[in-house]
Amino acid sequence: MSGGAALEARDLALERGGRRVLAGVSFRAVAGAALLIRGANGCGKTSLLRALAGFLQPAAGDVRWRGAALKAATADTLFIGHEAGFRPELTARENLVCALTLAGEPARAADDALARAGLTARADAAFGQLSAGQRRRVALARLFASTRALWLLDEPATALDDAGVAVLEDAVAQHLGRGGIAVVTTHRPLAFAGGRSVVNTQALEL
Amino acid sequence: MTTAERGVWSALRWAVARDLTLAARSPAAAVLAIGFFLLAAAIFPLGVGPEPEQLKRIAPGVIWACAALAMLAPLTRLYEPDYAAGVLEQLALSGRPLAALVGGKAIAHWLAIGVPITVAAPLTGLWFGLDTAAVLVLVATLAPGLATLTLLGGLCAALTLGADAGRGGGTPLIALLLLPLAVPVLILGAGAVDATENGLSPAPHLALLTAFLLVSLVVAPVATAAAVKIALE
Repeated sequence: MSGGAALEARDLALERGGRRVLAGVSFRAVAGAALLIRGANGCGKTSLLRALAGFLQPAAGDVRWRGAALKAATADTLFIGHEAGFRPELTARENLVCALTLAGEPARAADDALARAGLTARADAAFGQLSAGQRRRVALARLFASTRALWLLDEPATALDDAGVAVLEDAVAQHLGRGGIAVVTTHRPLAFAGGRSVVNTQALEL
Repeated sequence: MTTAERGVWSALRWAVARDLTLAARSPAAAVLAIGFFLLAAAIFPLGVGPEPEQLKRIAPGVIWACAALAMLAPLTRLYEPDYAAGVLEQLALSGRPLAALVGGKAIAHWLAIGVPITVAAPLTGLWFGLDTAAVLVLVATLAPGLATLTLLGGLCAALTLGADAGRGGGTPLIALLLLPLAVPVLILGAGAVDATENGLSPAPHLALLTAFLLVSLVVAPVATAAAVKIALE
C-alpha cells in the first residue's frame, strides 16, 4: 500500500501561541514501523501529532513525508485526535459511515468494523449517549475500516478497558503488517506484535 | 466532467447530505430562527401603532432587518460544533476540496434556516399591509439575499473559530463582522420592495442582489476554507 513510505522529522521545533512547546525532535519511521510517543502532560505530544498531520507548521526544522516536506494536510493520513470527528447527534454507525464516505473509503466496511470494535449492540445509539470508552471504540472501528498509509493516534488507549486496548493493538498491528506507519502518543505501554512478526517499534520520550 | 469537477460535486453532495441530517436531528435551531423572525417583525406594528400608511412605509426595511438578524444566531452552530468535535480536521484530511465541503455546509445551512425564513416572510408582509406584488418581490429578494448572508456569515463564523474559546462570545463577534457586510444586501432588498410599492421596477435591485450572490458564491467558500485551515493551526 505504501511501498517505501517514510515519515521523518528533522530537528523539529513547534510553537503554540508564541510559546515554544517542543524543540530538537528528530526521528524516522519507515513502512511497517510504529513510533510510540510518551511524555508528561503538556510536553507537546498533541502539537507534534498536529505538525505530523500538516495542521501546524514547524517553527524550525521540517516534517518530511514520502521524501518531500509536508506543507499541508494530505489524504494519506488518518488522524484521530482526542475528539475523533464524531457528532453527538448522530448514531455511532452514522458517524462512522460519514467519516468513511468523507475519506473516500467504502461505507460497507462500517458494520464489520463496528463488530470488530465490539460495538454492534450500540451501533444505533446516539454517539452522545455512549460512555467514554464506547466513544473511543467508535474511533477504533474507524481504524479497522481505514486504508490510509499514515496513522496518527493521539492517546487512543484513553478510557479503553483491557479488551479495548487489545483490539487497538490488533488494529495497529494489522496496519503495520500491511506496510503502514503509525505514530501513537500514549501513557500506557502498547505492543503491536500482532502475532505475525516482531514489529519495529521505536519509542520517543519528549 | 473532469475528475476535479466530479470531486467538487461529490464533496458538495457529501456536505449537504450530512449537514441536512444534522439539521433534521436538531430542528430547534430552525424553529427558533423562524420564531425570532416572526416575533421580531410582529412587535413593530404593536410598537409603531396601527397607522396603515406608516406601517407600509417601514415594512421593507423592518422585515429585511428582522430576517438578517434572525440569520445571525444559527450561524454559531455552523462551524463551532464541528470544530469542537474534531470534524474540521477530518474535512481537511479528506483529500476532497475544502472549499467545496464548506460550500456544501453553507448550502445546507441556507436550506435549513434561510429558506424557512424566506417562506415565512409573506406572513409578515400581511401584518404590514403589503400588497401582493410587494410580497412577491420581498420573497424574490430574500431568496438570493439570505443565501448571500449565509455564505458571508459562514466566513465570519469560520473566522471567529477559537477566538471566543471559553468566553461564550460567538454570536456578538459574528454579528460585529457580518452586519457591516450585510448592509448592501439589506439596502438592496428593502429598496426593491420599496420601489415596487412606489410603482417602480425592482429589476435593478434584484440584478444587483443576484450579482452579490454570484460574487459571494465564488469568493466566500475559498475564503472560508482558508479560515478553517487557520483555525486548525
